[in-house]
Amino acid sequence: MSFINLMAREINCKIVYYGPGLCGKTTNLQYIYERTNPEAKGKMISLATETDRTLFFDFLPLALGEIRGFKTRFYLYTVPGQVFYDASRKLILKGVDGCVFVADSQFARVEANQESLENLRTNLGEQGYNLDKLPFVMQYNKRDMQDIATIEELEDLLNPTRVPYFEACARTGVGVFDTLKAVAKLVLTELKKGGP
Amino acid sequence: MVNPQMVMYEEEFNQIQTVVDHLVKSANSKSVFIVDKNGQLIAASGDVEHLDTTSLASLTAGNIAATGGMAKLLKENEFATQFHEGERANVYITLVGNRVILVVIFDAKSSLGLVRLRVKKASEELNHIFEKLIQKVQEPGDSPFAEITDEDIDNLFND
Repeated sequence: MSFINLMAREINCKIVYYGPGLCGKTTNLQYIYERTNPEAKGKMISLATETDRTLFFDFLPLALGEIRGFKTRFYLYTVPGQVFYDASRKLILKGVDGCVFVADSQFARVEANQESLENLRTNLGEQGYNLDKLPFVMQYNKRDMQDIATIEELEDLLNPTRVPYFEACARTGVGVFDTLKAVAKLVLTELKKGGP
Repeated sequence: MVNPQMVMYEEEFNQIQTVVDHLVKSANSKSVFIVDKNGQLIAASGDVEHLDTTSLASLTAGNIAATGGMAKLLKENEFATQFHEGERANVYITLVGNRVILVVIFDAKSSLGLVRLRVKKASEELNHIFEKLIQKVQEPGDSPFAEITDEDIDNLFND
């Protein structure tokens, strides 16, 4: 749910990075954090376990600039990817305006991707959202690894509705900002369409 | 609509700010925040200059969401209040009308009893304001964003 403050002339939107465990959601946010001007970002918060696995969420506030005098702020969240943290994942999805699915391109993670995507659809559904109607983009991460599926294979398996997709290597930053820009654009376009 | 917007108008914003400003003084607290359940800061008052209010807002909402999840599992409707006691700072968190979160940060100059008492009154006032605001938001009208063109959106990403 976007939040428009007419008084402060601010518009706030929430974007959630979803995907299976170790697919690179946190790495996406870390790269964005490292490469953003200090004045455009807030503190990145990671609620992680001692072994650096996301326990609850990562959070990164970003200011993207102004549209017709409105400051646009995007709040980026990741969910914990591991299967048993489902209760926490549901909570993070509350009030989501746009979603990025980070898929792990490695053959070994094909089923984990499918399971996580199905889980996203179910958890959104429980909150009255329909993934097909939400601003949504796909990121095929870890393109620099060996033993990876082709884009065609991934598209067939994970993206039947053909939402925009991006090839990425989040560790080095390839595709990270393209993905963010695409989802932010979709969110703003949706906002333009829908009145309160 | 799948994803309704929350809009804050000047009139209600000023009313909320007045309640929050007053609560800082009447509860003898250091600072007071209003946060929506999705983690966005709505209003703040008191000694907030040196605080990372954006992060605090997000973590508060995460905290309330997690507590709400626990309540559900225990077949409770909601745990409406939380209290965190520190060595120097204490935090009192309460849900207002199940819509927004009121956070009061206070030190030894105040007490939990006083904060609870003052928060009760402020909550009623805030609840009333937010009820009116929600009605206003639901009335049909143009989105404040409707005039924005695709070009405006593109320009945001061109630099």
